[in-house]
Amino acid sequence: MTDCKSLIRELADKYGRERTSLLPILQGVVAKNNYLSDTCMTDIAKELDLSAAQVYGTATFYSFLDTEPRGEYVIRVCKTITCDMHGKKTIVQTLEDMLKIKVGETTPNKKFTLLETNCLGWCHEGPAMLINDTPYSGLTTEKVHDIISEYIHI
Amino acid sequence: MSEQTLKRVDLIFGEYSNEKYKVLANTLERTNEDILKDILESGLRGRGGAGFPTAMKWKFTAESPSDEKFVVCNADEGEPGTFKDREILLRVPRKVFSGMAICGRVIGANKGYMYLRGEYKFMVPELMKELEIYHEHMKLLGLNFPIEIRMGSGAYICGEESALFESMEGGRGEPRNKPPYPTTSGFMKKPTVINNVETFVNVLMIMRLGPDQYKKLGTTDSRGSKVFSVSGDTPIPGIYELELGMPLDRFVDEFGDGDTKAVQVGGASGFCVPRKKFKDTVIGFEGVPTGGSMMIFNSSRSMYNVLHNYLEFFEEESCGQCTPCRVGCQQLLKGIVAVKKGEKKAAYLDQLMKLSESMKITAKCGLGQSVANSFSSIVNNFKEEMIY
Repeated sequence: MTDCKSLIRELADKYGRERTSLLPILQGVVAKNNYLSDTCMTDIAKELDLSAAQVYGTATFYSFLDTEPRGEYVIRVCKTITCDMHGKKTIVQTLEDMLKIKVGETTPNKKFTLLETNCLGWCHEGPAMLINDTPYSGLTTEKVHDIISEYIHI
Repeated sequence: MSEQTLKRVDLIFGEYSNEKYKVLANTLERTNEDILKDILESGLRGRGGAGFPTAMKWKFTAESPSDEKFVVCNADEGEPGTFKDREILLRVPRKVFSGMAICGRVIGANKGYMYLRGEYKFMVPELMKELEIYHEHMKLLGLNFPIEIRMGSGAYICGEESALFESMEGGRGEPRNKPPYPTTSGFMKKPTVINNVETFVNVLMIMRLGPDQYKKLGTTDSRGSKVFSVSGDTPIPGIYELELGMPLDRFVDEFGDGDTKAVQVGGASGFCVPRKKFKDTVIGFEGVPTGGSMMIFNSSRSMYNVLHNYLEFFEEESCGQCTPCRVGCQQLLKGIVAVKKGEKKAAYLDQLMKLSESMKITAKCGLGQSVANSFSSIVNNFKEEMIY
């Protein structure tokens, strides 16, 4: 994990120290550290001269701004109706079996977190999932095996 | 199968002009009044779903006195079943940026923003490449109108325009009271034009073809073409650009799998049309409007499951700011589960229907107001599936 204070300063230099810079900074921290810790949020508040409550309020509104520890790779499986119709449950089952965790959990080695999410915009090629920022669509059990095996070996 | 086929159009995804940013350059030689006149004449209405006349939106913003104005491109496409903006931004981003620049000139804006949903972050490198080319050409054209990309972070409600501004300003994505409208008080409380990705492309196409040619497509109430996102029980899911104003039965003939039971037009916040009404339903502003989402269900699907999925979606994505939506979504979901389990009598569905109607009247924004669309159209048309 990158040191929070220097990362925040770096992001604030890039995006500014206005209220409008808050979301890009929060996003930047999540991209590096996988989640926003309490200390990190209070540090952001200090850097931007906001109250900690304002930072916390914004951070907790957005489902991609995690405020609890997440793995290095966050897997988000689309649970919207068309993906559901095309076998999302099997995909989630496959992921749970491979990673030996349930939806909402993180592997003990902190490498993977498995989550469900709302429409990812791949309805024509469902089921679909995101691993961090990369989308994967047209998923089958075999395809999920291949993709996850690759990540396991990174 | 019907003899007739739907009219395919190749406007939005058509090839770029030979010279980069040629249509934009030609357009910028014209006066603002002239440009606005053409857009008004074309009859273009917003492509995000609500269908507000684009020319009026631009005109009101142009007339709002302010030293600072903004153009915002709403690329927070989150409606279940919609993926056309992603496809437009992947294939023809140049047309989107050109449309934004035209808007910037017409309303006298200082800056443009594209608010892109977090789920589409993988597209940013490609969009940045195109933005570089755009900024180079703007220098040559002598127009100062920089465009910046801002990312969302997985909140459906931020597609609502005032929630989107709140988000860009660094706050929770909670919708504002209206009025004031964005035309006088948008991003940073300054006059702002906010349009859907596809709307900006349509503007550019009107500039290229002229309003007369453009108007030949569609019907009186729904001019032009529309990009549809087709998914569900169809052998040919994908993106299709079709003329507006088509009857739903022809759509089903072409895209259904021969066993279509219902089509959800306009996503979770849209309307569910059952088979018996396909013939009398027109896709467009005079009938059932849509932001482009067309989800097809065949007879093997339980409409209870469909509604349950939508209500879970709304319950999660409600921002929680106003009581009708926050509590209403939870109660509708609990209610249909209770009826299904037999814990409540079938007549309880009427109570729930009343609740959804109250939400329509009292919710603060479009999210809470439109839950009743799918709720009442599914419950009314498939009551037996809700009970047994």
